Amino acid sequence: MPFESTLAAFASALCDPAAPPPAATRGRKGAPDARRFAVYRNNVAVGLIGALEARYPVVRRMVGPEAFRAMARAFVAAHQPRSPVLIAYGEAFPDFIEAMGVEAGLGPLADVARLENAWVEAYHAEDAPAVTLADLAALEAEDLPDARVALHPAARLLSFASPAASIWASRQNGAEPAPPPDTPSTDPRALRPGGRAVPLARNAEADRGEDVLVARPEADVSIRILPTAGYVFAKRLEEGATLAEAAAALPDPHAFGTHLVGLVAAGAVASIIPGERP
Amino acid sequence: MTETGSDALSRRSVGVGFKAEHFDAIFESRPKLGFFEVHAENYMGSGGPPHRRLEAIRALYPLLLHGVGLSIGSPAPLDGAHLARLAGVADRYQPALVSEHLAWSTHEGAFFNDLLPLPYTEETLARVCEHVDLMQSALRRTILIENPSTYVAFAETTIGETEFLSEIVRRTGCGLLLDVNNVFVSAANHGFDPYRYLAGFPFAAVGEIHLAGHAVDSDDAGLPLLIDAHDSPVREAVWALYREAVRGLGPIPTLIEWDNDLPAWPTLLAEARRAERAMDAAAGLRRERANAV
Repeated sequence: MPFESTLAAFASALCDPAAPPPAATRGRKGAPDARRFAVYRNNVAVGLIGALEARYPVVRRMVGPEAFRAMARAFVAAHQPRSPVLIAYGEAFPDFIEAMGVEAGLGPLADVARLENAWVEAYHAEDAPAVTLADLAALEAEDLPDARVALHPAARLLSFASPAASIWASRQNGAEPAPPPDTPSTDPRALRPGGRAVPLARNAEADRGEDVLVARPEADVSIRILPTAGYVFAKRLEEGATLAEAAAALPDPHAFGTHLVGLVAAGAVASIIPGERP
Repeated sequence: MTETGSDALSRRSVGVGFKAEHFDAIFESRPKLGFFEVHAENYMGSGGPPHRRLEAIRALYPLLLHGVGLSIGSPAPLDGAHLARLAGVADRYQPALVSEHLAWSTHEGAFFNDLLPLPYTEETLARVCEHVDLMQSALRRTILIENPSTYVAFAETTIGETEFLSEIVRRTGCGLLLDVNNVFVSAANHGFDPYRYLAGFPFAAVGEIHLAGHAVDSDDAGLPLLIDAHDSPVREAVWALYREAVRGLGPIPTLIEWDNDLPAWPTLLAEARRAERAMDAAAGLRRERANAV
């Protein structure tokens, strides 16, 4: 089929920067024209690199625009999008950075990239009401141990071997974050999504790992560093444990209320489901 | 979504592409504008601030939905999942118009983030018409197909672009989106007369016009190569071509597209005001336009 083979040759030449323009294409002189075809190749690359620049503004700030562009170009060449919905494009970039072994001398870039990716996921996640502190206060205390917790659709728990959240917070612009771009697929130079720089308690041992909660109960994404015990508690709840089972992981199981209040206050809980009462 | 007072799209409407960066300025000033248009793919996330902003805009203005990823110009079958997503966005926002491109962007599952050209032959015409039929069935509405800006032509092309578009209209009943900047860009790039192209364009099917800025480069032969960049004001020669189109069409919903290197809101609004004046003058209309909703 000529149609199929013509477009297959076009697609193949798009993917190979060294390929000549497809033989079936014509410029004004009646022959394939490399500069004309290069416009398409450039549009594809610039658009996808722009999507990564928009998704990973802090990583870009950490390594500088030139180095970021080189990394992004390599990623784009290896990871062609499989969907026209570019909101999800670039999820694999953190692992790609880690595999490249890139470090900026400022901390592990891949972890900061994972945090930025979680930020974007939370930003676009399904909207849902979050449990409030008043809702929590209205529950019977004796119902709590057997209850399970459904995390909010935007909530993300991440555990880093590096102080990724402190680095992320320290590399914000300071100014009011710009609204994230619409990143139309034809938009190579969109504005960066600002991360809202929530004041973070500086981890006492900043060269150690950080456990992080990303949440977006309403419009704004927030990023919080959790105490290690709080992270383990939340992670168990995410995995389906009852409050009593999750509390058993705490140094002081009776203190689980503090951690539960923290999750609720962050807007990270969609519902608290009472257990079966005997 | 509940019905609002913002559903009427008049023939004399002028609108702009909605960008998140302009939301605050728009919401504070609530300018009198005919409509906003968005790229459907940017609203295919589940939730979050993009939908909150668009719902707020939609409550105040008519909305037009412009698809950039369905790849109706592909030989392969349409992506059913993507078509369903597009129908979902259309159901949610009840746009006054839905449009897509005479172009392709997907090949064997890989998405090329651009609007790519296709040869114009009986074979490609049949395939495009099948895809337009499917899209119109899925959306349960007539859609508009946009003429492309192109940088290369194809050796096997046997049908002229306006004839190709006319035949899509005849076979599918769809309407057309006349992108005047694309006409100008393609005319310069392939060496045809944009006014003659307009004279051959099936005006009766046109439901909307797009206007945008373009950049200037050159090809292997050193000839000018215009790039459909959407990053600058509409050029004077494109305004002239627009006036010619409106003289033939009468008043017609017109969009200012500005997607890259976004200007401050007042600059974009000024482009829309210029389009209103140009449309009125070319269509021989006189009217008072209020400045706010």
